[in-house]
Amino acid sequence: MDAAQLGEWSRILVSGAMGAFIVAWFAYSAALLRRPERELVTAGHSELSGPPAESPEAGELSGRTTDDGRSPAERSAAIGLSVSVVATALLAAGVLTRALAIERVPWGNMHEFSITGSLVAAVVFLAFARTRLGQALAVWLVLTLVLVLGLAVTVLYVAPGPLVPALQSYWLVIHVGMAVVAFGLFTVSAVLSGLQIAAERAARKGRATSLPESGTLDRLAYRLIAVAFPIWTIGPLILGAVWAEVSWGRYWNWDPKETWALITWLAYAAYLHARATAGWKGTKASVISLVGYGTVLFSYFAVNMIFNGLHSYGGV
Amino acid sequence: MADRGSDTRPPALSAGELARWVWRQLTSMRVALMLLFLLALAAIPGSVIPQRRANPLDVADFIERNPELARWYDRFGLFDVFNAPWFAAIYIALMVSLVGCILPRSRDHWRAMRAQPPRAPRRLERMPAYRRIVVDAPPDVVLAAAHAELRQRRHRTNRADDSVAAEAGHLRETGNLVFHLSLVIVLLAVALGSLFGYRGTVIVQERTGFANTLTQYDSLSAGTMFDARNLPPFALELDEFVWEVHESGPQRGTPADFEARVRFVPEPGEVEERRSIRVNEPLEVDGTLIHILNPGYAPAVTVRDADGEILAEGPVTFLPMDDNFTSEGVRKVPVGSGADIGIEAIFFPTAAFEDGGATSVFAGARNPMLLFTAYAGDLGINDGTAQSVFRLDTSEMEQLMVDGEPFRAALAIGETIEMPGGHGTVTFDGYVKWVQLQISRNSGKELALGGALLAVAGLVASLYMRRRRVWVRADEDEAGRTVVEVAGLARSGGGDLDGQIGDIADGLIARLPAPAADPVVRQG
Ligand code: HEM
Repeated sequence: MDAAQLGEWSRILVSGAMGAFIVAWFAYSAALLRRPERELVTAGHSELSGPPAESPEAGELSGRTTDDGRSPAERSAAIGLSVSVVATALLAAGVLTRALAIERVPWGNMHEFSITGSLVAAVVFLAFARTRLGQALAVWLVLTLVLVLGLAVTVLYVAPGPLVPALQSYWLVIHVGMAVVAFGLFTVSAVLSGLQIAAERAARKGRATSLPESGTLDRLAYRLIAVAFPIWTIGPLILGAVWAEVSWGRYWNWDPKETWALITWLAYAAYLHARATAGWKGTKASVISLVGYGTVLFSYFAVNMIFNGLHSYGGV
Repeated sequence: MADRGSDTRPPALSAGELARWVWRQLTSMRVALMLLFLLALAAIPGSVIPQRRANPLDVADFIERNPELARWYDRFGLFDVFNAPWFAAIYIALMVSLVGCILPRSRDHWRAMRAQPPRAPRRLERMPAYRRIVVDAPPDVVLAAAHAELRQRRHRTNRADDSVAAEAGHLRETGNLVFHLSLVIVLLAVALGSLFGYRGTVIVQERTGFANTLTQYDSLSAGTMFDARNLPPFALELDEFVWEVHESGPQRGTPADFEARVRFVPEPGEVEERRSIRVNEPLEVDGTLIHILNPGYAPAVTVRDADGEILAEGPVTFLPMDDNFTSEGVRKVPVGSGADIGIEAIFFPTAAFEDGGATSVFAGARNPMLLFTAYAGDLGINDGTAQSVFRLDTSEMEQLMVDGEPFRAALAIGETIEMPGGHGTVTFDGYVKWVQLQISRNSGKELALGGALLAVAGLVASLYMRRRRVWVRADEDEAGRTVVEVAGLARSGGGDLDGQIGDIADGLIARLPAPAADPVVRQG
């Protein structure tokens, strides 16, 4: 099979993965809707005295179980998880065929970066998909994956091909590779931070939700960022500077891409500071985390496509 | 003032107290957080608005299109954000805040590291993690075992009569301080580098050379402490510039490979070496780097007068105008006895004719063609003012005409055409390639890199080390057995404190002389 055919296969596999994630999304949504509200007021919220939300179906469903002794909500969630595993496997196959088609690491342009970054996020998600937290996260994360993969196979798609000379370097492997990993981690943590804000609001208003306790979400978001931040420091910033010196003769050029990598770094440094400052845990910190993720998205989409810097990465 | 109840308002006090208040604010976490955000925000215009240092042409273009707005931008230094005073003010404030924050913390940390871990509080069962064990070994044996166990787990310990106090994870604070101090190192290194470093560019045609002296540069920017005498005295000849272009596929027409093959003389009098410079593989001499920046074409024409006498010959650097390297340039031909001749030309590496006009359809030279027109008159070369080599000053010249139309000619390689009015002939001989080289030295880069790596090490320690205090107390109960209490207090979030305390208790039991007579464990 030649590169073009392999590339087509990769595109088909990734589209398949996207389709499967859509199915998973419906299953997880169904799980969310079918879950009886009473069950939702979990240990973390037991101190709340708010009235349970009005939900006629919930009352009907709560007692019902199926043959295998699982509730419909649990069954839907189990379907969601199985389909997500299949989708992730398809995605992994898509990334692999892409890598075979181009005979290098699959993060040489935005299409490749998107599918590989999504794979990282999907694997991180599967690692804790069975936990209560993972189930709360599922709908949002899977939706994010569907959107990113949808973009990847459409507007961001480029047929497999060689790289411009500036990108033909092992620095690409390390520098962009670490950016992909951090991108995946930041994505998951942003979803967590968003849920944290929702959970805290609900708790303040005394509304019952299916969300885990806001403190749990807050801590997990922090942990992921605490992993992603040093990776971002080393990959995009330090190794980026080293590569820039090799490639352009100057380690810092204030090129839009570099500038935005720094802006992201500063935003997440602010987040870590907020987390260490009394009275800033919770919603305030989560908002900073979302701002940080906003800068990640901006530097990925806007900077690659709009600005014309030294980075020859964009090129859709 | 007490009724205000807010520590963020300046108290109306003496200047000294006001200064102290300002300092306290500046070095507070909240202000550090705000300054981090402010710096991030301040960097945004620098990435959105064209910057003079990076894209002077874009800036000129912007000013032409938005003169009114540009005036305001200029007023606030928005075309050179990263050198603007207000940008410097923010990062200097951040650095001052950082140092002001770090120094006292370093002092406190130094003291804390040398102080003994605080004694066990009286009621250990109130601690967040707690185990109670009853064993047969006497208290001092238990405490000795506890001491050994905690030591092995790399705690700092403090033994008292009835208890052992221990502390772990000082590396966390050490790491945090190292991280912040390293940021200062990086910033200083960058600042020093910009004082001593330089960066210049020069266009070199194939089969011509470059010697590293100030006068040979097309452009050079350098820090204030830069001394031209420190330029390494190398010289090079460009034998060939290899420029491969993708022939097919989605990247058709984009460069596949660049390689400048040079004969290189590191210092006058030394032997010549054959070297190659490629993208991502610069040539290094004495900390100075030579990079490939851009390629281009230099078409060669020979201009003869009506008698066949050669007036000018050889390649002239043309500047590319599009991705297919349609390039423009001029050939100035001073003629001593009569009118000067000026040729204004466009070079098409792969010419094609569309809609009656010529374009280049490929960056590689498959079908080179030169389209030109000519002027006669005074080039203005001798009036002493500096001139661009890429533009013709036609104010004192007249375009040559044929039948009332401006004279134009298109030549393939080897073709010759006669200019009207007896001004002689022009022959298109061919072309050579040129490459723009960048020659730069980044002083202080090793220091900056070292600082950055140190920062990462500190950061990792700061993020992943857990600080905790552990106490073990052993007392004899009425039955003559020994009650051992193990308790822990986490001083930084996260981590499995309870599991750790359990492990310590287990390790402690394992160290006691057997049999421990089925110890009774109670979890707190
Ligand atoms: C260039 C500016 C700065 C950057 C990039 C920066 C970055 C960071 C980062 C990434 C952390 C996280 C490490 C951790 O959580 O342990 C941190 C922690 C910390 N920073 Fe900064 N910082 C800066 C300036 C400052 C300033 C000015 C202060 C003083 C007010 C400060 C005080 C602290 C403190 C106390 C912590 C420890 C938080 C904890 O206990 O975990 N930082 N900083």
